[in-house]
Amino acid sequence: MSEIVVNAVSRTWGGVGGVNRISFKADAGTLLVLLGPSGCGKSTTLRLIAGLEEVDSGTITIGGRDVTHLSPAQRNISMVFQSYALFPHLNVAENIIFGLKVRGVGRGERDERLKKVADIVGLSHLLERKPSQLSGGQRQRVALGRAIIAEAPVCLMDEPLSNLDAKLRHEMRTEIRSLQQRLGMTMVYVTHDQTEAMTMADRVILMRDGHIEQNGAPHELYNEPASDFTARFIGTPPMNLISWHDGSVLGVRPEHISLVESNGIPATVQAVEYLGADSIILCDVKGETVSVRQTGYCSLPAGAQVGLGWQNRHIHLFDRDSGKRRVGSTLAQ
Amino acid sequence: MVSAVMSAVESKAIRRRNWQTNINAWLLLLPAVVLLAAFTHYPILSTIYHSFHSLSRGGTSEFVGLENYTFMLEDDVFWQVLRNNIIFALATVPTSIGLALLMAVWVDKKMAGRSFLRLAFFTPTVLPMIAVANIWLFFYTPGYGLLDQFLKSLGFSGHNWLGDPSTVMSCLAVMVVWKEAGFFMIFYLAALQTIPPELKEAAQVEGASRWYFFRRVTLPLLMPTTLFISINALINSFKLVDQLVIMTKGGPNNASSLLLYYIYEVAFTFQDTAFAATLTVTLIAILAGVALTKFVYLDRRIHYQ
Repeated sequence: MSEIVVNAVSRTWGGVGGVNRISFKADAGTLLVLLGPSGCGKSTTLRLIAGLEEVDSGTITIGGRDVTHLSPAQRNISMVFQSYALFPHLNVAENIIFGLKVRGVGRGERDERLKKVADIVGLSHLLERKPSQLSGGQRQRVALGRAIIAEAPVCLMDEPLSNLDAKLRHEMRTEIRSLQQRLGMTMVYVTHDQTEAMTMADRVILMRDGHIEQNGAPHELYNEPASDFTARFIGTPPMNLISWHDGSVLGVRPEHISLVESNGIPATVQAVEYLGADSIILCDVKGETVSVRQTGYCSLPAGAQVGLGWQNRHIHLFDRDSGKRRVGSTLAQ
Repeated sequence: MVSAVMSAVESKAIRRRNWQTNINAWLLLLPAVVLLAAFTHYPILSTIYHSFHSLSRGGTSEFVGLENYTFMLEDDVFWQVLRNNIIFALATVPTSIGLALLMAVWVDKKMAGRSFLRLAFFTPTVLPMIAVANIWLFFYTPGYGLLDQFLKSLGFSGHNWLGDPSTVMSCLAVMVVWKEAGFFMIFYLAALQTIPPELKEAAQVEGASRWYFFRRVTLPLLMPTTLFISINALINSFKLVDQLVIMTKGGPNNASSLLLYYIYEVAFTFQDTAFAATLTVTLIAILAGVALTKFVYLDRRIHYQ
């Protein structure tokens, strides 16, 4: 169906920024998240797929069709922008059917599809409003409505939730995901928020400085980070990375560390963050901060001496110079 | 008892403080009030007063009611300059706005020499009208003017552009458009730059052509600017008469005279201040009507961000 294949695509601006020979594939009907810190090239990648930027080299195919040099309209995609890009002088209904009008879809069909889409995104009672009279969440829904009314098999989203507050973000996350599954769209979703990536994606591509750091399912990125960068980027709080023997870095997740009575690594409690269901204990181990997740409330005072322990099957080893994961990560004590 | 005395003392203090605040406020307003009253408000009232009185050459002026206005309505020259002015406005306002929009859209693009082009388009605005009129006077000079030289080199005969009643208005209109368009372009340029680029991209993804986007998105979003400019252009077409003093003196046979220039002639050449006051009141009424249309009617029909 409509899988997206990006093959050795490069795009730079005078050698600065952009992306460098990246290749990946988004399977039809799945949600692919492009994740990374700002400036890593994830938005550029999305704009290349959309056709809003020209590739320097490489090819892009959508549904088996080479679209590398086609205009955005010819690629048969829809897109949601970070700023929503709503037309301020048009009301909600006119904004949603903008594309249908451009393509000359008849009034009858337009009204029918508008009614359906307005129901899906829950805007039926606001169709006469102008964007300036809507809340952030409602504007987001208009943008979403404009994207799905096209019934394009591919939907591209550029940080669509970054302008919403935390509660709304959580709500929209679930909604977008279920919409994507219900309509069977192939979705490429750009975000810098690893929680969004983990909760929504079928597949996550973590990017850094214009290349792909790791490409895998959310649980793969979490359980088998291919580099110390991935390890630090995924998870809240992120994986603890401690300098270890012979040029290696040892990584262990906060939830895999426990406070032990004896034979533990000596540590000093710096602070405790109580989150409700669990607490994060920030400990000092020889000048490095290690966070420990413990269920429930933790009453340890700052300055308390504790011992930290973990099981060998939970550790990850990375090369200190390259940052790459070492194969057969066993602990060489 | 005690509390009543206390509150009386307190309210006295408050009153004194209020009074001091008021005095301060009025002192701060004084310079503006004096200037406005002496040079705006008093002249307006005085003009209206004079328009209802007879001319007082040395003697006393008498109240004559609407006599000056009746005289105006029977004055052929008044009707001619009014007609000239309306034609002049119709010729210059839409043209300069259209040209301004065209130039703004052009220099809004990313291209080499953009700043130079913007500057070039804006230059006529910076020049004083007197200077512009002298330059164009040379263009239109019969025989050896730029236009005639050019036409002669192509084998055409020369023409007295400003001396011919059938061409003089067009000549003046062309010059005013040239002078005004660059100024209006700046407003359009500023407005174009407030339109977020994502709108264009969103339309692109939906398959809208450039022309469709311009018609359905850019133009409506520029409407507040268009309205502002058209009001200004309309007012300018009644206000700007410097060029007439230099180029035609309203001639030939009043063919290029405009309302304000006629007022100037009546007041300072014919020394008929009462009739000049009458004409001035009429002009102000026309301009006020234009401004009122904007505020009351058009503002409601336009999308403001």
